Amino acid sequence: MAVQPTHSSNRILLPARSWFITLSIAVALLLNLIPFGRLPGVPDWVALVLTFWCIHQSLKVGMGSAFFLGLAMDVADGSVMGQHALAYVLLAFAAGGLSRRILWFPLGLQALHVLPMLLGMQIVMLITRLISGGEFPGLLWFLSSFIATALWHPLTYMLLLPQYRPTDRDDNRPI
Amino acid sequence: MSVVGHLPPPFFKRGPAPLARLAFFMVLSVLLLAADLRFHTLDWVRFAASIAAWPLQRVAYLPVEAGGDLGKYFSALTTLHQENDELRKKQVAIANLLLRQQHLEDENKHLRALLDMRARQPVEGRIADILYAARDPFSRKIMIDKGMQQGIAAGQAVIDDIGVIGQVTRVFPLTAEVTLLTDKEQAIPVQVQRNGLRAILAGAGAGMLELRYMAANAEIQPGDILVTSGLDGIYLPGLPVAKVIHIDHTSSFSFARIQCVPLAGVERRGQVLVLGNRETLPAPPEQPVPQEEKSNRGKRVKKGH
Repeated sequence: MAVQPTHSSNRILLPARSWFITLSIAVALLLNLIPFGRLPGVPDWVALVLTFWCIHQSLKVGMGSAFFLGLAMDVADGSVMGQHALAYVLLAFAAGGLSRRILWFPLGLQALHVLPMLLGMQIVMLITRLISGGEFPGLLWFLSSFIATALWHPLTYMLLLPQYRPTDRDDNRPI
Repeated sequence: MSVVGHLPPPFFKRGPAPLARLAFFMVLSVLLLAADLRFHTLDWVRFAASIAAWPLQRVAYLPVEAGGDLGKYFSALTTLHQENDELRKKQVAIANLLLRQQHLEDENKHLRALLDMRARQPVEGRIADILYAARDPFSRKIMIDKGMQQGIAAGQAVIDDIGVIGQVTRVFPLTAEVTLLTDKEQAIPVQVQRNGLRAILAGAGAGMLELRYMAANAEIQPGDILVTSGLDGIYLPGLPVAKVIHIDHTSSFSFARIQCVPLAGVERRGQVLVLGNRETLPAPPEQPVPQEEKSNRGKRVKKGH
């Protein structure tokens, strides 16, 4: 039982369930596996969900999970092993470190904190691959971070939904 | 960096500090990067993981497939008619060539036999569908729906109905990864069809190709067609590859910058043909002298015993 992290409301949240965290990350992995080819602006769902849990549950999800998720993405993408792992670990470090600060802001300002973290992750990946002789994917590639940032608001509500449930069952209550 | 969260304050063991953890995982990632880029030692990990992820990948591919089917369903009848007419015209146009092909092949075989040359190896191909373009934005790769079980092997050439599109680089049990010619790390030996000038064509990114290491005064002009030279023992000679579109003679470099576009539909969807392995070329002759001496000496020793 804890106080809801957002400043605007003092509603009490239930503790997060581990199985729900795992499920949300698995769904994000599945979404990332959808082959959109070179379509610009498709958000990196795994990075986004990882950032969310690193900020909200920094004791449960951290750099270790980020590393293994990165390896999974490296295999799924057919990219160089370690590229996503490195970027995700740095992302998890930043998100975990800033989590106490970020949660004091309303959702719009939280998204503004998330944007540079996601962009930084993309820049880390870009540098890793350009050093090893990859091709510059064009500036439109960075669009995906902006779209992911725009999704921060709905994503927060979706992933916090199970924690909004009341503890006592009441059959007459609508929700 | 005190992260208290929704749990009691950290009186108890919490593991290493965030910075130490960050350093550990970063070193691990960089080691992995080096192992994969320099030594290519992680292919078995990728192989095992891809087998485990295969069902997931199929599930993820379903919406894309459904979208494609929906598009096909709504494609107008007229376009199909148009395509049919065009194909029929094309068929008549190449019928002449096709009819004489058998005759020419027979004649060729006969002549080669007369000349006591090795008969040109017949290469069989396997038709494969392009599943999707790989998500990695830093390289140009596609996945095809044939793999190890259908006899695909790394190194095989991939062509479509116009020319070469790339080469199989990784093989999984049911799929294979094809690196396109436009990938920056892919090179192919070619020759100019007009005058037989040999060169190396490499990907230049953004769907373009570049003819490398050509002297600034090399006899090459825009519009030249480049075909495979067959010197590598991978691609059959004479397959169309690219067309020269722009030549930049700058006096500051000793090499000319020659830009080309691929002829085949390298970045489009559709069906491709994976050519079987070519018979490996004989190794260049070695100096036989020291080997002979060795064997003679051996014989002598035997006789002495």
